[in-house]
Amino acid sequence: MTPAAAPTGVEAPPARDRAAPGARVGDSPIRPDGTPKVQGRFAFASDLEADGMLWGRTLRSPHPYARVRSVDIGPALAIAGVSTVLTADDVPGASTYGLMSPDQPVFARGVVRYMGEPLAAVAADHPDTARRALAAIVVDYEPLEPLIDPALAASEDGPPIHPDGNVIRHIRVEHGDPAATGDVVVEGVYEVGMQDQAFLGPESGLAVPDGEGGVDLWVATQWLHEDRDQVAACLGLPHDQVRLHLGGVGGAFGGREDLSMQVHACLLALRTGRPVKMSYLRDESFVGHVHRHPARMRYRHHAAAAGDLVKVEAEVLLDGGAYASSSWAVVSNAARFACGPYRVPNALVDATVVRTNNPPCGAMRGFGAVQVCFGHESQMDKLAARLGMDPVELRLRNALATGDVLPTGQRVTGAAPVAECIRSAIAHPLPPAIGNGWLERPGGAGRTADASRVRRGVGVAAGFKNVMYSEGFEDDSEARVRLAGGVASITCAVAEVGQGFVTIASQIARTVLGCDAVVEPADTVGVDSAGSSSASRQTWMSGGAVLRAARQVADQVRSALAVSLGVPASSLALTDDGRIVGAAPGALDAPDAPDAPDAPDARDARDGIDMTVAEAAGDRAFESTAVHRHRPTYPLDERGQGDADVSFVFAAHRAVVDVDIDLGLVRVVQVATGQDVGRVLHPAQVVGQIEGGIAQGVGLAVMEEMVIDGGLVLNPSFTDYLIPTVADTPEVLATCIEEPEPEAPFGAKGAGEPPTISSTAAIAAAIRVATGVDVTRVPVRPWDLI
Amino acid sequence: MSVVAPTRLDDAVAALATDPSLTVLAGGTDLMVAVNYGRARPAGVLSLRRVPELHDWHVDGEGGDAEVVLGAGISYTTLLDPALAGLLPALAQASRTVGSPQIRNTGTIGGNLGTASPAGDTLPVLVALDATVELASTSGRRAMPVAEFVTGPKLTALAPGELVAAVRVPVARGPQEFLKIGVRNAMVIAVANCALVLDLDHRRLACALGAVGPVPIRDHDAEAWATIRLDWDARPDLDRTVVDGFGRRMAAASRPIDDHRATAAYRRRAVEVLARRALARAWAAT
Amino acid sequence: MGCDVTTTPPLPAEPAPDADAPAAYELTVNGVAHAVEGARPTDSLLHVLRDRLGLPGAKNACEQGECGSCSVLVDGVLVCACLELAEAAVGCEITTVEGLTPAGAEPGDAALTSAVLTDVQRAMVEAGGVQCGFCTPGFVVAIHDLLDRVPDPGPFEVREALAGNLCRCTGYGRILAAVERVVTLRGNGR
Repeated sequence: MTPAAAPTGVEAPPARDRAAPGARVGDSPIRPDGTPKVQGRFAFASDLEADGMLWGRTLRSPHPYARVRSVDIGPALAIAGVSTVLTADDVPGASTYGLMSPDQPVFARGVVRYMGEPLAAVAADHPDTARRALAAIVVDYEPLEPLIDPALAASEDGPPIHPDGNVIRHIRVEHGDPAATGDVVVEGVYEVGMQDQAFLGPESGLAVPDGEGGVDLWVATQWLHEDRDQVAACLGLPHDQVRLHLGGVGGAFGGREDLSMQVHACLLALRTGRPVKMSYLRDESFVGHVHRHPARMRYRHHAAAAGDLVKVEAEVLLDGGAYASSSWAVVSNAARFACGPYRVPNALVDATVVRTNNPPCGAMRGFGAVQVCFGHESQMDKLAARLGMDPVELRLRNALATGDVLPTGQRVTGAAPVAECIRSAIAHPLPPAIGNGWLERPGGAGRTADASRVRRGVGVAAGFKNVMYSEGFEDDSEARVRLAGGVASITCAVAEVGQGFVTIASQIARTVLGCDAVVEPADTVGVDSAGSSSASRQTWMSGGAVLRAARQVADQVRSALAVSLGVPASSLALTDDGRIVGAAPGALDAPDAPDAPDAPDARDARDGIDMTVAEAAGDRAFESTAVHRHRPTYPLDERGQGDADVSFVFAAHRAVVDVDIDLGLVRVVQVATGQDVGRVLHPAQVVGQIEGGIAQGVGLAVMEEMVIDGGLVLNPSFTDYLIPTVADTPEVLATCIEEPEPEAPFGAKGAGEPPTISSTAAIAAAIRVATGVDVTRVPVRPWDLI
Repeated sequence: MSVVAPTRLDDAVAALATDPSLTVLAGGTDLMVAVNYGRARPAGVLSLRRVPELHDWHVDGEGGDAEVVLGAGISYTTLLDPALAGLLPALAQASRTVGSPQIRNTGTIGGNLGTASPAGDTLPVLVALDATVELASTSGRRAMPVAEFVTGPKLTALAPGELVAAVRVPVARGPQEFLKIGVRNAMVIAVANCALVLDLDHRRLACALGAVGPVPIRDHDAEAWATIRLDWDARPDLDRTVVDGFGRRMAAASRPIDDHRATAAYRRRAVEVLARRALARAWAAT
Repeated sequence: MGCDVTTTPPLPAEPAPDADAPAAYELTVNGVAHAVEGARPTDSLLHVLRDRLGLPGAKNACEQGECGSCSVLVDGVLVCACLELAEAAVGCEITTVEGLTPAGAEPGDAALTSAVLTDVQRAMVEAGGVQCGFCTPGFVVAIHDLLDRVPDPGPFEVREALAGNLCRCTGYGRILAAVERVVTLRGNGR
C-alpha cells in the first residue's frame, strides 16, 4: 500500500518553486513553475522515467465500424523484447468506463465503433519494438456500414450502434408562450465543425507497480480523483491501491477529462511487474481523446418591430461520436445557452446529442456554449439587418441583466454585465488600414494578397455560459493549508494544466496568512478531490477551498496568540491582508509570546499587536483542511426548467478581419473584448487566458477542423490539422469588467472559457461584412467565400 | 542498420553502388517524419550532410546564358541569402514559404526534388525556369530537365544508385513571382502555388503551377498566347484581357483533385487568380 | 495496424537486418561529449536527448517538424531535433535549452535559480509567456536564435521568425511581449 518511489523525471514535484514573495490577490506575481519551465527542467508526464521501464503502445482500429471476429496476439508475443500483450480478456474489473456513463470499452470486444478505438496494448523494451508488436497482431475485422449522419442517428431508424441506443440525451426547453410570434421573423441553419483541443503535451503517463498488487500512476490529466475512480473500477482494485499523481500537464482544454492511456498503462504495469510508460505520438493523440462536438443548428428568431426579442426557436443536433463522454452535459449547455445572453420572454429549444461512428466528442473549452453562440449571434445579425438596426444596438437593447429570467426559468441573481461587455469591446480603438508586409495581409507568407482585392469587415458577438458544474452534478473541492516555519504549504488535488492555479493558490494563502506559500504536488493520496480543471471552476472552487482552509489556519493562530497573550480572541482581528491586529498593552510579557528575534513585534509593546499571521504563528505549526461547495443546483425537468446553474460568465468580442475576396483567405487583424470576470486576482494571467482563448476562437473560425470522411479522420497531424501560428493571431485588446460575484471567493468568476465563446462568432460576423457572403458554417473555408 | 556519412560525393555514390538499399538522408525533414511514425524503416542511411560540394553554389556562364549551379544540399535558408536571392528571386520567394525557420534551415533543394511532392514549393519555380537536375552515380553524371525528372506524385526518374547532386538554374533578367495559397498565414502546405518568370532578354514568359496536379504544370500554349500579347518594348500597363485570359488558360491547364486540404474546384479557381496576380505583379515590375 | 490509423501501409512484422542493433557513438551536447549507448540507429536526436542523455528540455509535441517544441541548435543553426537523425549529428555542436545559461553559470547545474536565468528565460516568466510550458523551451531557444542574429527585429519579423513554434495556451501575446522586453533590456529598442 505504500506509494512507489517517485519516478526520475527532471524535477518532481513540478510546482514546488515559490512564487515571487510579497504578491497578494490582485498583483501579478510570476508563476512558481515558470522558472523550471523556461529552463526545460519541469517534469511533464512525457518526461518521466523509472528504472527497468517498459514502453506501452495501443493497437487501434483502422475502421470506424467493424465486427471483430478475432484478435491473435501470438505473433506479437513472439517478438523479442515484447513483455506482454493485453486485450479485452485481460481486464480484471469493469470492462467499460466513462465520465458520466460507463459505455466505452477499455479494449474493444467483438465490435469497434470508431476509427482509433483500442483493441490491445503492448509493453516492450523500446517504443519501436512495441510498434512492431502492434503490427504483428492479427485482427480479423468485418467492416460494417458506419453510421455517420447524426440526423439519421437521431431519427432512431435502423439499428443502434451501441446497446445504450443512439440518442444519448434529448432536452426540450419550453419557456413562456409557445404560440408567441414577432413582427419580424428570421431563420437560419448553421453548422460547426469538429475542433480538437490540440494541447501540445501528448497524452502520457508512467505506471509503477508497488509490488503489493497496487499501482501508482503519474499522469497528465484534468481530474485525478475521477481518473482514479474509473481506473480502479477497471482494474478491480480498491481506491487505496490505485494512486494517481499529477505529472506535468502540457495543456488540456477539456481533452484530458476522459481517460486515454490510464487504464492501459496500469494494466501493463501490473501484468509485467515493471514500470510502463505510455506517450502518444500526435497521430494517436488525435484519435486518443475526445473533440468538440460538431453541431447542426436551426434557428427562428421573432422580434417586435422596435427590436425587442419575442421568441427564439432553436433545434440543436450534436454529434457525440461513438461514446457518451460528457455529451450529457454538453447538450445541456447547448440547450441552456441556445438563446444567448439576452432577455428572451418565449423560447422553444430542442437539443439532442447522438452516438455515431464518428470520433467520440466531449469536453472542450466552452463546450455547448461555443456551438450555439455561433448560431444565436448569426441570428442576431440577421435580425438586425432585417430590422434595419445596428447590430450592436439590437444586442444592447436585449442584453441580459441581473434579475432577468433565463429560458430555463432560472433568475440571474449574480453579476450579468452583458451591456458593459459589449460597450467595452466596441470602445477599443480600431486598427489601422491594411499594412504593407505580407504577414499583415490575408494569405500571409504565401505572398498572395493584392491590396485592391482585400476587404475589411468588423463584427460583434456576445456569449455566456455557466461556471462550475450544473444540474445537480456533485461539485466540491478540498484543500489543506499548513503553516509552519513561516511558509504556508497548500495541498490540493487541482490539476495545474497551465491555467495558473498554482499562482492563484499561493496568492490566496499569502493574502490570508501574510507569508510565502508553496503548492505541494497534487495526488489522490493526501487529499480528497478538487474536481476537474474545467468549466472555469477552479479559481472559485479550489480557490475557495484554499481560502477557507487558510482562514481557518489564521483563526487558529489568532486563538493561539490570544491564549499566549492572555487576552480574549475577540480582541484580536484578522485583517484582509494577512495580519493580526489588536490592542494588547503589556501582553508581550506573556511567556509564550512570539519571540523571533527579527520579528517586527517590538513596536507591539507601544502600539498593540500588528503582525502577520505567519509571524504570530512563530515556530508552531498550524494546519487545517477545508471543503468548498457552492449552493446546490438542480437538473432540468421535462420542460427544461430548473435552477441548473450557480453562476454565469459573459463576454463580448469585436473582430476586425481582412479578406481576400478572390481567394477567400482571411486574416484576423484584431479582436477586442469586454469580459465579465467578477474580480481580477492576477491581471497578467487573466490577459493570458483571454489571448489564448481568443486564439482558439480564431482557429475555430478560420482553420481548425478535424476532417472526417465516412468516419475516417483524414488529418490527424499538425501538418494538416492547422492551429494558429504567431503569424495568424490578431492583436488583442481586452477590458475586464469587475463586478464582484456575491457568492464567489474574492468575487472572482472563472476566466478561461468566455474568450472562446463569442470570438468565433464575431469573426464570422466580420467575414460576412467584408464579403457579403452569408457565412453559415465555421470554420470558414476559403471555398465558402468565393 | 548503419549510418554512412561520406565527405566526398564520389564516396557517397560509391557507397550507394555498394549497397543500393541505403536510404538517402539529405535534410531529413521528410525521411525523419516517416521514421518517427514507423512508416519508414531504413536498413541503412547514407547521410549527405558532410559532403561539402553539395553545399556550395556558383554561377556558370555569363550574361543571358548564365546558370546558377546549386549543390543539392543547399538549404532553403541559404536560398534566401541576398546574393542568391538576387539571382533567383522566385526561388527565394518560394523558399521563404517553406515550413518554418527550423525547416528552412534543415530542408534542402535536393530533398525537395527527391521527395517530389506535388506540393513541393520549389518545384514550380524550377520548372518555370527550365532548370535541370544533375544526377550522380558511379557511372558518372547525367542531367535532365526538372520537368522530366519529376514523373508523378512522389515519383522521380532517379535510377537506383543515383543521387541528386546539383540543380542548374538559368538566371533570367526580369521580374519573377511566386505565390502560394495555404489556409494559414505561415508554416503550411500549399493548397496551390504558382511561379511566373518574365525573361526580358529572351522576351519569354514562363509559368508553372504546383499542388494542382501530380507534377508541376506548365502550359506552353498559354505562355505563348500571353507572350505575344505583351508589348515587350514599350511595356505599357497590362491589358486586363491579357491578364484575365492568361489566368483562365492556366486554370484550364490545372488538374487539381479534392482532398482534405481543399476542393478541386477551389484549387482551379485559385490558380486562375494566382496566375493573374503573378503576371500583373511581374509586369508592373518590369 | 497500430496508432498510425491513416493510410499507412502495414509495417513489416520482422525488422530489417540489424535495424534494432544498438548503436554506440558520441554526441557533443552543450559543450559536453556524451557517449550514446543503447540507442536504435533510427532514433531521432530528440529521442536520444530525452531518453538516452537525460535532457528532456526539447519536447515531443509532434515529432514531425510542425510545432518547434523540440527546437535546438545544431552547429549554431536552429532546427527541430525530431527531424535530425541522432547518429548523423555526430561531430556537431548541439545546444539545447539546458545549455542556455548566462555567463558564469554552469550548464546543467541542478541548483539553477531564477538568478541565473538568461534574459530570454527571465522575460518569458516575467511577461507571462509561460502557461502550460510545453512549448516554452522551444520558444526560448528560437527567441535566443532570433535575437542573436537580429538584435532589433520589427514586429512582423518576429512573427515570421517564430511562426515555427506553436503555442496552444497563450495566443502568443505575452510571448511577443517577452521578446520586446529582451530587445529593450539589451538596449536595442527602436
